Amino acid sequence: MTLTLFPPQTTTPLQPRGWLRYLSFSTDHKVIGLQYLVCGFLFYLVGGALAGAIRTELLTPISDFLPRDTYNEVLTLHGTVMIFLWIVPVVNGGFGNYLIPFYVGARDMAFPRLNAVAFWLIPPAGLLLISSYFIGSAPQSGWTAYPPLSLTTPAIGQVLWILSVLLLGGSSIFGGINFIATILKLRRPGLKLMQLPMYCWAMLGTSILVVLSTPVLAGTLVLLSFDIIAHTGFFNPALGGNAVVYQHLFWFYSHPAVYIMVLPAFGLVSEILPIHARKPLFGYTTMVYSIMGIVVLGLIVWAHHMFTSGTPPWMRLFFTIATSFIAVPTGIKFFNWIATLWGGKIALNTAMLFCCGFIVNFVFGGITGVALAQVPFDIHVHDTYFVVGHFHYIVYGGTVFVIFASIYHWYPKFTGRLLNEPLGQLHFWLTFVGFNLCFAPQHWLGLNGMPRRVAEYDPQFQLINQISSAGALLMAISTLPFLINVLISAFCGQQAGDNPWNGLTPEWLTSSPPPVENWKGEAPLVTEPYGYGVHPHPSTP
Amino acid sequence: MPTSTVLSLFTIATGLVLAGLWLGQHVNLLPIDASANAPVYDELFKVLFSIGAILFLGIVGLIVYSLLRFRRRASDLGDGIAMEGNLPLEILWTAIPAIVVLFVGIYSYDIYERMGGMAPLNDHSAHAMQASGEDTRTWGGISPAVIDAQAGVEALPVEVTAMQFAFIFHYPDANITSGELHVPVGQPVVLRMKANDVIHAFWVPQFRLKQDVIPGQPTMLSFTATRPGHYPIVCAELCGPYHGGMRSNVIVDEPETFADWVARNSPAPAPITPTPVAS
Repeated sequence: MTLTLFPPQTTTPLQPRGWLRYLSFSTDHKVIGLQYLVCGFLFYLVGGALAGAIRTELLTPISDFLPRDTYNEVLTLHGTVMIFLWIVPVVNGGFGNYLIPFYVGARDMAFPRLNAVAFWLIPPAGLLLISSYFIGSAPQSGWTAYPPLSLTTPAIGQVLWILSVLLLGGSSIFGGINFIATILKLRRPGLKLMQLPMYCWAMLGTSILVVLSTPVLAGTLVLLSFDIIAHTGFFNPALGGNAVVYQHLFWFYSHPAVYIMVLPAFGLVSEILPIHARKPLFGYTTMVYSIMGIVVLGLIVWAHHMFTSGTPPWMRLFFTIATSFIAVPTGIKFFNWIATLWGGKIALNTAMLFCCGFIVNFVFGGITGVALAQVPFDIHVHDTYFVVGHFHYIVYGGTVFVIFASIYHWYPKFTGRLLNEPLGQLHFWLTFVGFNLCFAPQHWLGLNGMPRRVAEYDPQFQLINQISSAGALLMAISTLPFLINVLISAFCGQQAGDNPWNGLTPEWLTSSPPPVENWKGEAPLVTEPYGYGVHPHPSTP
Repeated sequence: MPTSTVLSLFTIATGLVLAGLWLGQHVNLLPIDASANAPVYDELFKVLFSIGAILFLGIVGLIVYSLLRFRRRASDLGDGIAMEGNLPLEILWTAIPAIVVLFVGIYSYDIYERMGGMAPLNDHSAHAMQASGEDTRTWGGISPAVIDAQAGVEALPVEVTAMQFAFIFHYPDANITSGELHVPVGQPVVLRMKANDVIHAFWVPQFRLKQDVIPGQPTMLSFTATRPGHYPIVCAELCGPYHGGMRSNVIVDEPETFADWVARNSPAPAPITPTPVAS
């Protein structure tokens, strides 16, 4: 099929206007982006409540708050909701849909209807997942669903989990195809690949990972469902199957999934830092190559999740080396961001604070990640609270901090109004302190003998667990100023004007909020999206 | 670059490295070490902690310094310097992490080898099983005892069965079955592990050793305990509702005390000579 560079206006008179369009099958990429954001945030509240239940149970060393199998349901739902319904959809579908058409100079995504389908798969998938709790049993085998455990826990919950993840995986694949097509084929005439804002490269890399790895997870889960429903023996050792093959297939998706959650965040940070530091993004070309390096390496590191699963020594070594080397392209990005700040005129607003919080947290998580990549190190701490601490530093301290930074940064674009700055800073500090209080002590717990996914533990760990739970409480409280800010500022926030940050990237060169077709006239040709200091006083057309 | 800048950069870098090394040596986050593996592991931990501390303090220092030094004054609406890149600098900070991870990789390989991770898993009982036509493959695990066995030290074999929600230990030589693992100090122990139902993991934090026990895959793990005492055995793989309660103990005794325990618990009246202990 041929792709038109400027697809015809996709909003028909039949589509509702006003807030109702956010509940409709809208094909406007901006509406879909916000649908992803709001829907994702609602699921974040669900996942956060589940985390609260976990941290409440862990206040005491005995299992006394939740029934034991409910606890396993809670931890399974927490992981699944946070990954598949909050982080992946928001950081890809949410900001991706809103920003990518602006960045390539298009009026919408390449496949607007597919785009709407991709979004509308998410709410039913999420409701299906959560409904399992009410119609029998929620899944109990963790978000990893390792057989044979997942074959022995109540089938209804596990099957609904598989169905839900298949729908969400489908949504993710549709989105990935759409982003690849949009970035490669829908660029405004005259706009070269190496002139695109960095978030485009991040989304291109992420979408390649999505398209290559998600089908493997889907196939694996279909086989797992056969094992559950039809009693086949693909992964069931009792029937001649092999449980470790499942782990290889699962992690072939689920390690890249970390990059599917983190690469878009890297892209978003690369958009936010230059604007608020008034500096060009440092080392554009090395940034692009490091994204692609992470994509390639990200596909060949999965077995580092399986160092204790009876993998042969040569395999342990190969995956140690491959995993360690991801630190090189990742390190380049962090040094480039610091160099972007260096010599700038930094506005230390909430968006910037969350970006800097992200860098600090992610560097910590990256260092523990390189340590975990070393087989002898990992053998002791695998499947312990050390790993829980590590991956929360990556996905929460990393990606979720960037999601918040992005909301503060682009809220004026979405609504035409600014978020309240003091409330934002309160939100940042509560989150930053709460987050570190919650997850830093967990590394010590893991090193000293506390495994993950337990409802009861050695009493010597009680104090540290209580400190961790106090941090979780602070994180829960930090959501309040954010919610108040977002809801009130939508109506009473200070008028932002079209370009409150004096940004040079294309989304700022139109009105806020933008018109349905993104620009009143022709899309501007932005060849230097980071030309701060080169073009000292940007003017909006 | 002026001499004073070079000097202060050099001082800061040296201070940072010294601080990292000091932290690595003095911050102890690990439990007591009770196996031959553990001090080797702790050595790796100290090195990783030092490198991590240097990188973390350095990067956080750079960020905080940048935020303070380059903060925009309220009235200033201009841009920063139009610096879009610097190839030598970018090559430098590609090379430094590459060298660091290369060093860490080679060093941890060395540690892994010293822990016995690369030793071939010559499981003699596997040959016996081969004759009986059973599955002969033995999977994974760290096996310093194999090295010790080659050096002429006889290892104590223990069969471990993991099930929901307990570990069962069987001593084939003395025909003892126990819910707790008793081992003599200083003698290599070879665990032959199997799981009955779902995946479990055998973990003794004080030994710094963990191995998944996967149904359908007989797995071997070995260690040499070095410090008498009681240490927890923890199941580290989610195995069902009582996963958190799936714990046992390893009791490391002096060889004589262990011999007494064997003698007291042997079901058969026939005298059992405990395996002689080297050193």
